[in-house]
Amino acid sequence: MRHGKYRFIIGFLAVPVALYAVLVISPFVQDFQISLTDWSGLTPEKHYIGFDNYQKIIHNNLFWKALWHNILMLLIVPIVTLALGLFFAFMLNVGGRRKGSASVAGVRGAGFYKIVYFFPQVLSVTVIAVLWQQIYNPDPDDGLLNSLLGHVGLTSLQQSWLGDPSIALACIMAVMVWANVGFYVVLFSAGMASIPAEIYEAVLLDGANRITTFFRITLPLLRDTVATGWVYMGIIAMDGFAFVQLMSVNNGGPNEVTDVVPLLLYKTAFRDNSQYGMAAAMGVAMLIVTLVFAVLTLRLSRRERIEF
Amino acid sequence: MGPQFNRRDAIKRALAIGVVAIPSASLLSACASDSGSDKPDKPAATGAKSASNPLGVKKGAPLEAFIFKGGFGDDYVKAAEQVYNSEYGIKVKHTGTQGLGPKLQPRFASNTPPDVMDNSGADNLDTAALAKENKLQDLTPLLDAPTVDDPSKKVRDVLIAGTIEQGQFGTQAMYALNYAFTVYGGWYSSKLFKEKGWEYPQTFDQAIALGAKAKKENISLFTYPGKYPYYVHFDLLAQIGKVGGKEVLNAIDDLEDGAWQVDAVKQVIGYYEELAAKKYFMPGSEGMTHIQMQTAWTKGKAAIVADGSWVENEAAPTMPKDFDLAVGPLVGSGPSDKLPFGTIYAAAGEPYIVAANGKNPVGGMELLRIMLSKKETDNFTNTTKSLTCVTGAADGLSLTPGLASASAALKAAGPNVLNSRLQDWYVKLNQETLGNLTLQLLTGKINAAKWIEGAQKAADATKNDSSVPKFKHV
Repeated sequence: MRHGKYRFIIGFLAVPVALYAVLVISPFVQDFQISLTDWSGLTPEKHYIGFDNYQKIIHNNLFWKALWHNILMLLIVPIVTLALGLFFAFMLNVGGRRKGSASVAGVRGAGFYKIVYFFPQVLSVTVIAVLWQQIYNPDPDDGLLNSLLGHVGLTSLQQSWLGDPSIALACIMAVMVWANVGFYVVLFSAGMASIPAEIYEAVLLDGANRITTFFRITLPLLRDTVATGWVYMGIIAMDGFAFVQLMSVNNGGPNEVTDVVPLLLYKTAFRDNSQYGMAAAMGVAMLIVTLVFAVLTLRLSRRERIEF
Repeated sequence: MGPQFNRRDAIKRALAIGVVAIPSASLLSACASDSGSDKPDKPAATGAKSASNPLGVKKGAPLEAFIFKGGFGDDYVKAAEQVYNSEYGIKVKHTGTQGLGPKLQPRFASNTPPDVMDNSGADNLDTAALAKENKLQDLTPLLDAPTVDDPSKKVRDVLIAGTIEQGQFGTQAMYALNYAFTVYGGWYSSKLFKEKGWEYPQTFDQAIALGAKAKKENISLFTYPGKYPYYVHFDLLAQIGKVGGKEVLNAIDDLEDGAWQVDAVKQVIGYYEELAAKKYFMPGSEGMTHIQMQTAWTKGKAAIVADGSWVENEAAPTMPKDFDLAVGPLVGSGPSDKLPFGTIYAAAGEPYIVAANGKNPVGGMELLRIMLSKKETDNFTNTTKSLTCVTGAADGLSLTPGLASASAALKAAGPNVLNSRLQDWYVKLNQETLGNLTLQLLTGKINAAKWIEGAQKAADATKNDSSVPKFKHV
């Protein structure tokens, strides 16, 4: 049967590779091609103008501002999301009081919490953004957050949230964390479930507390899962389009403090005189940044695998 | 307001908010370039002209309509299509959607556009860009055709003044027929004003005095949606025109050097600075959507809002039955103003376009001619509570309070109707750049001088940006 092995493998791989090439690779190639033109997207004809679009982007302050916001998101959103995800998953699986013969157990009601944490994952981004827009409504009676603060006597903390330039970006990032943390709770729970209970029994016999258990046992054994989650979250943070487009005031405002590159790209292509070529160049820039991020993350997290 | 506006405001955002969530990667792949030929496969269908068929529509030739389905819905177009169907023995292919742009872009790129489109909504295509690329049919034959109701009158004679200009992009050709007519101004509850014994202010001083009175009752004089700060410009830009005259407003539209550094602008922006300093804008407005802002307003937390006549429909869910909605004309400096009190800002919106290289451009224009008939305009006004671009079309209909007030204001204004084209010619400049400045002005972060300086700089930058197509008043 040996001689049939490659034919067998190719038979299985051909279709997915072809799909990948057509649906993923070819748009990237086409994007690069368009980025070298002055195409408006409305006519069949386009003219090649070399790297003019890239030159213009480099001199566009708003582009750098938007990119900086993406990078801020890239630094903050994954760390907070993954940290919260790990914490919740640990509490749900290991952090509880031991009962009976089980060596490790989650807090009471862990099964219920697991489902609740996953709720936002089931909702579409649009629904989440509209929902949070109501929560952030500055009206002291109609806005959930402000009326809550009012009821507990903290009226001094009431804000115009998305309308305040100093906190608008943080407000949007908080929603991104909220929307994604549930997925990582489930992902990390699955990872923790595969860690053998004997290891926990052994450290518990040695007198380790929960914090030590988490940092010395759980986290190192979950390393691969966390690294994968990091890349996923990074890509979500590099996008941020839907959240910003739907929630921010004045399309990336106030005063451009929440603008992100994908939103800028969208506005360039569909609104500001239909500059598809320029938008395509922004797409290429985003692709490069995302690739660099993914490669770096996977490189830095590479380590020897622990078999168990 | 520009073509994009109407849609933007009325419907759009509220409903269209659910439309888009396109991750950037898939964004561009969706707009794959296409290499079609420049000429349509078949020549456009035409038939013999006659008294009942003045444009010469070919019987039995198919027609495709692509309609923005926003706050107005698309039933009013379907009603007109029924008439077309029975007249020309076909069934119009109808698509009603909110996401026009992403669906139409590839069809224009491959030269197979639908025949007639209502290019409205947050996701519409840039009408000016389409016109510049020669993708749109010049609607002059429609303007010169007789109306359905009275063969002795031409279509151009029954349109409200300003409708034709609204569809022009720097030349005499009219590329868009803006079907709905929107009246802008300060919207308020007559009931509230009567109860408190307030008068609608005519001058800046009166407005500021009213602000102090309202504040004592714990009511803010004004509110606005921070999410769409250009709502403030509905009043602000037109007020510049009222104080300084149409030429000042036209100079701003034409991006003339120093157009913002004139006395009229200083008076108007100074007024907004004072309102902000005295805290007469409802706190929190800067973080609100238009719906949240309107809800606070219908609850009586704020007295007046700069808005368009769609607000009656849009705010209906939260508006008390006895609210007695009314609109006030532009507030100005006083008798020194170039235009009298009563001057309003009104504009045609909901731009209908016909593809130049579609299969049946004549049929597209004929559908629009049917939509301008008395039967169809009555149907539109009755079902959508909005005015059309046909003069006197609402006469004799029983109107809701807001619409009746708007209709009366339009009549009282006579020739004193202003329309700042900045809002549809330079969307980014008006909405984002000036919008950001306005948000800062109204929250007291910058003063009037800084606003004017920023506005002039932004206008100059737009003027010098070769990628922005320029327009001039003809």
